[in-house]
Order: sequence, then C-alpha cells, then structure tokens
Amino acid sequence: MLVPRVIPVLLLRGRGLVKGVRFKKHVYVGDPMNAVRIFDDKEVDELLILDITATAEGRTPPLDLIERVADQCLMPFGVGGGVTRVSEARDILSAGAEKICLNTAALEQPDIVSRLADAFGRQSVVVCLDVKKSWTGRREVVSRCAGRKLSGDVAQAARDMAARGAGELIVQSVDRDGTMEGYDIELTRAVSRAVDVPVIALGGAGSNEDLRRVLTEGEAAAAAAGSLFVFHGPRRAVLITYPDKAELEAIRGTTTHRNQQYEWDCAT
Amino acid sequence: MIVVVDHGLGNLRSVAMKFARLKVEAAVSADPAAILGADKLVLPGVGSFDAAMGNLRAAGLVAALNEAVLERKIPILGICLGMQLFTRGSEEGSLPGLGWIDGDTRKLVPLPGGERLRVPHVGWNTLTAREGSPLFSGIAPGERYYFVHSYAVFCDDPEQVAAETTYGPTFASAVRRGNIYGAQFHPEKSHHHGLAMLENFTRLAD
Repeated sequence: MLVPRVIPVLLLRGRGLVKGVRFKKHVYVGDPMNAVRIFDDKEVDELLILDITATAEGRTPPLDLIERVADQCLMPFGVGGGVTRVSEARDILSAGAEKICLNTAALEQPDIVSRLADAFGRQSVVVCLDVKKSWTGRREVVSRCAGRKLSGDVAQAARDMAARGAGELIVQSVDRDGTMEGYDIELTRAVSRAVDVPVIALGGAGSNEDLRRVLTEGEAAAAAAGSLFVFHGPRRAVLITYPDKAELEAIRGTTTHRNQQYEWDCAT
Repeated sequence: MIVVVDHGLGNLRSVAMKFARLKVEAAVSADPAAILGADKLVLPGVGSFDAAMGNLRAAGLVAALNEAVLERKIPILGICLGMQLFTRGSEEGSLPGLGWIDGDTRKLVPLPGGERLRVPHVGWNTLTAREGSPLFSGIAPGERYYFVHSYAVFCDDPEQVAAETTYGPTFASAVRRGNIYGAQFHPEKSHHHGLAMLENFTRLAD
C-alpha cells in the first residue's frame, strides 16, 4: 500500500539554512549538508530544498550543493528556486534531484510547467501554490515570496497547474508558515479535492498530530514541514528531528482508517 | 566495470555515485565500445519515453545495447523509465521500445468502478517479489520502495515479472528475463534496502 509521506523542507538562503515566520524574520538554523546528513541517517521519506532568494537574485540554486546532497542521500529530494528554463531544470535533475519545484515562474509564465512536463515527464514537476488570506479573509494565490497577489480562486489555480502538467502540488499557507499552529486543513482539503495529482500540505505543522490531521482531514498525500523538524522546545532551539518509526506509523497508520472502516462495513 | 548508459536525460550521476558507495567501479558513458565492454549495464531514466528512445537512437546506442544484452548476455538493470524502455512500447509515446520484455507500458488509470487514483504514483510502496528473485535476496519482504511514475509495465508472461505492486491496477514493479533486470522504483533512492538491491545486482554471477 502507498503510504502518505512526511517531508522535511529546508530553506536555503545563500549557503545557509534559514527558517522564518510567515515568510519573514528568517533566522539561521545551520549548514545544509549537516542537516541533509542527519535526515539521511533518519531515513526520511523525501526532502524538499527551496532556495528562497534565487528568484529575487535572478539565479537558480547552486548545482554543486545539489550534487553533494544527491551523493549523500539515499532518498528522493526536490529542489526549487528561480527555475524559469528547461535547461536550468535539466541541470538540476542531472545533478541528482528527482523533482523541480516551481512557484513564481509557474504562476507568472505558466508555459514553463508544460515545457518541463514534456521534457522530463510530469512526475518531475512540482508546483508550489503559496496561499495568503487577504484582509477580507479571502484566500489568494501569491508569488514572489508572497510579494505579489495573483488569483483569488485557489482551486481553479490548482486545477490549471495540474492541467498544464504539474505532477504534484504543494499547497503552502503563508499565514501559518513558521507559526507551528497547525495546517490550514480547509485549504489543503479544497485543493486535494480539486485535483487528481498528489497534494503536499505545507505551513503550520507544530506536532505529529498536525501531520496526522492534514493527512486524514486535509486529505493530503504528503505532509511537509520546516519548523517542526528544525526547532525544539518553546525557545526554538535548533535541533534536527524526524518522527521515529513508531511515530510515523501513528501519523500514517490512522490514514488507513478508511480501510479499517471498510473492513468493519464488510463484517457487519 | 559497471557502465551507466548515458541517454542524456536525468539522474545518471546519483546512480553512479551509489555504486561508488558500494566500492564498485562505475562510469557514465554513451560510448558503444564502453557498453560492449562492460561487466554490467545500468539504464536509468527520468523523462519521457520518446525523448529517451530518441536519444538512444540518435546516439547510435540501440544496436550496441542489443548486441551487449541479447548476444553477449551482459546483465542490465533498467530503472524507472529505463525499465519501461525494455518493453515493446509505451502509451506515453509513439516510438517502439527495445522489445526485450514481452509487455507494454501503459498509463496508470483507476480500475473500472475503482477508487479515485492520484497519478503520478508518488511515494513509498511495498511489492511482492517472486520467490528466489536474486535482486531481492536478503531484503525483508515488507520494505517499501520509492516510486515516482505515471506509466507502468504490464507483462504478457508472468514468468517475466520479478515483483508486483498494486496502485489501482497491479503492475510489474520489477521484471526479469535471463540477464535482463528492471525496477520501476528507484533503488538508488530507497534507503539502505534499495542500496542492498543495487549491491545484489553488482554480485550477480553472469
């Protein structure tokens, strides 16, 4: 049986890892290779590495770092940040990443999604939809690190990206980012129901229970998190963690609830 | 020497580096002479079926691969799209495949009347390996492997299926025909048991 994934997200700024709150107030949390080595030891399901200043600086993530990650990792990883061309994506995949994560480029020049899907197959193309609530409480898709407002119809934007060739969608709540107050379950569920590709929830995870809830109630195929796996305790001390095998079974195990229900139904 | 066949697409380096970790000499090459002189071959693959087949043809590698695999019987491991290229063809493209495995590559679709199926099939899934399958020797039967694909291999001959996985339909998650081996999942990205599978491949006697 396919199991839902639990994915640590590492934010790269320059050569260091950072983590912020609601896309702001980023603090340094360590060396990327050190974190990758620890996550590799812990046999995580998958990693996502996002270069958060690449778009603004008009570049793509450093290839030598991607190669080092690929050499180290016995698990898959995706890379995002500043990719606007097929050739840039090819370089990143050749360096050893499984997937390219698009955000600003996909939303502002959506042709890139289909061009990457044609060149590398849709399973290599992930689109991250950053979603922020406006002052009226309406959820809007934003780009450029939440600097630009785009569509007000999140489900339609998700369907559009899937139709263009995105093999997976990340739905990230900007309002929950770094708060560790729990995912935007309603948002995740709306996007999961709108598309037939796997949906990865991101933004707000503060506990294993949050992960479990977004996989069940949010109907996500994967739960991704940053702060939960890099901070520890109320003072947010930096400590790289990941659920152990038993915790993972609990996070994922309850997602077979529907199957258990089914067996019950059969028995009665 | 293991030669990782370079067809210009995807994840060649990370496959080659995993052999380095196993202390097995491996090189990435698109040279027909290197392919014919290899002890073992690996055909990885990320990308689309026609792009990969087209690149193999353009580089003049189809004849070299046929000779190496069918006549010289050099063991070959196809990974993901690489394994799909072993079939007669794919719904993803119009070019014929290498035709080494009696089967076709088809899009994953829900079973008639079945539950909703999210495609691509992405993530960790189990498989049922044929008893005595050398690639899975010594690996615990319940281990999960990393899959990321929208198309899957369906074999005519169950004898050529080395392992099965169910996601919607039941498809061949590994194949074997003589010296020809394939894995739909990514052993190079499937934790230590994936590495153990690659090691099993390096230890095959012929």
